[in-house]
Amino acid sequence: MDSGKSKKMVFVTVGTTCFDALVKAVDSPHVRHELWSKGYTHLVIQMGRGSHFPSKFSGEDGSLAVDYFTFSPSIADYLKSASLIISHAGSGSIFETLRLGKPLIVVVNEDLMDNHQRELAEELADKKHLFCASPQTLHQIINGMDLDSLVPYPPGDSVPVAKLINRFFGFPDN
Amino acid sequence: MEEYLEAGFPKLVLLFVAIIISLIAIRLTYVFLRSGKPFVVPPERVSTMIVLGSGGHTAEMLSIVNVLNKERFSPRFYVSAATDNMSLQKAQVLEQSLLHQGKGNAEAAQFMQIYRSREVGQSYITSVGTSLIAIAHAIWFILKIRPQVIICNGPGTCIPLCVAAFMFKAAGLRWSSIFYIESIARVRKLSLSGLLLYKLHLTDQFVVQWPQLQSKYPRSQYVGRIM
Repeated sequence: MDSGKSKKMVFVTVGTTCFDALVKAVDSPHVRHELWSKGYTHLVIQMGRGSHFPSKFSGEDGSLAVDYFTFSPSIADYLKSASLIISHAGSGSIFETLRLGKPLIVVVNEDLMDNHQRELAEELADKKHLFCASPQTLHQIINGMDLDSLVPYPPGDSVPVAKLINRFFGFPDN
Repeated sequence: MEEYLEAGFPKLVLLFVAIIISLIAIRLTYVFLRSGKPFVVPPERVSTMIVLGSGGHTAEMLSIVNVLNKERFSPRFYVSAATDNMSLQKAQVLEQSLLHQGKGNAEAAQFMQIYRSREVGQSYITSVGTSLIAIAHAIWFILKIRPQVIICNGPGTCIPLCVAAFMFKAAGLRWSSIFYIESIARVRKLSLSGLLLYKLHLTDQFVVQWPQLQSKYPRSQYVGRIM
């Protein structure tokens, strides 16, 4: 057993969707190998409504420990304790993770009919706030990622929109 | 006399129809020109309908509601899709926290669900029928609530409500100001709901969250990101 490794958890989330391609990708030996060689010790998968159940590993033999669940009301706790998050491209998950300042790989679901989610993931990847992958390229992205290259995401502000609405009615700005 | 009636009747009908059409056209022109113009005399308070679109849409909307002045935007009517069980709960949590801070009162907020025009993955053909039901339900909501403000941000749930509100506006029954805030997920292209409302000139203010989208749609406004 590799006792020199401190616990580093990777959390995978598909939200309320069904995204088996992502669950299958993180369940593959390729991805598990890349995560382990990057120093991660635990993999927890939130698999949502999908039908592909990943294999569980205890990690006692000195390899990546893998566990999964379908839904949990405490996703926020997993996000907080994770060292890396691999998420579907829903804006809810993306901004929740960015607000926590955690490294994030967004995996775009290429099976969706109207795939506008790619736009947001690519825009944020261009600005170096996160990494963007597809289920097929996930292991390469993990292999090539440099966490130090990530730029913290400046949080948005809804006050300017409220001011715009206020000004329309002639209300003062507070 | 009878001959005169037979000859004159269709002419009279035509004239009548022409007058009606002209009146409607004049009214619609006025409504379109008046929409989007700020109020000259500020109202004391405005009854506000907040349309929650589920998931990320709801998160964005509630962050806007959070910073609105609760005395002026009152009462507040939260509407979500009938199939969305999470959004109203989140709105209730927000309103509860306002109560604890002493910023709200229990009667100021109401929560309701509306039929949805189209579910994710539903075919566009069957969505014609469901849209009709959704519009009927929306007309009932607007009739009951008669909101002065509608704040929405997609997806499709808000379309029947905006259409119904516009019909009331055109008919002179209630003047609602419609604010649409396009989701942050739309970077290069508007959503279908956003595009519809923009092209039909149904909104008073149309807000986008990325500058590249603003330059593509000049009538929209960019005031930064919400999220």
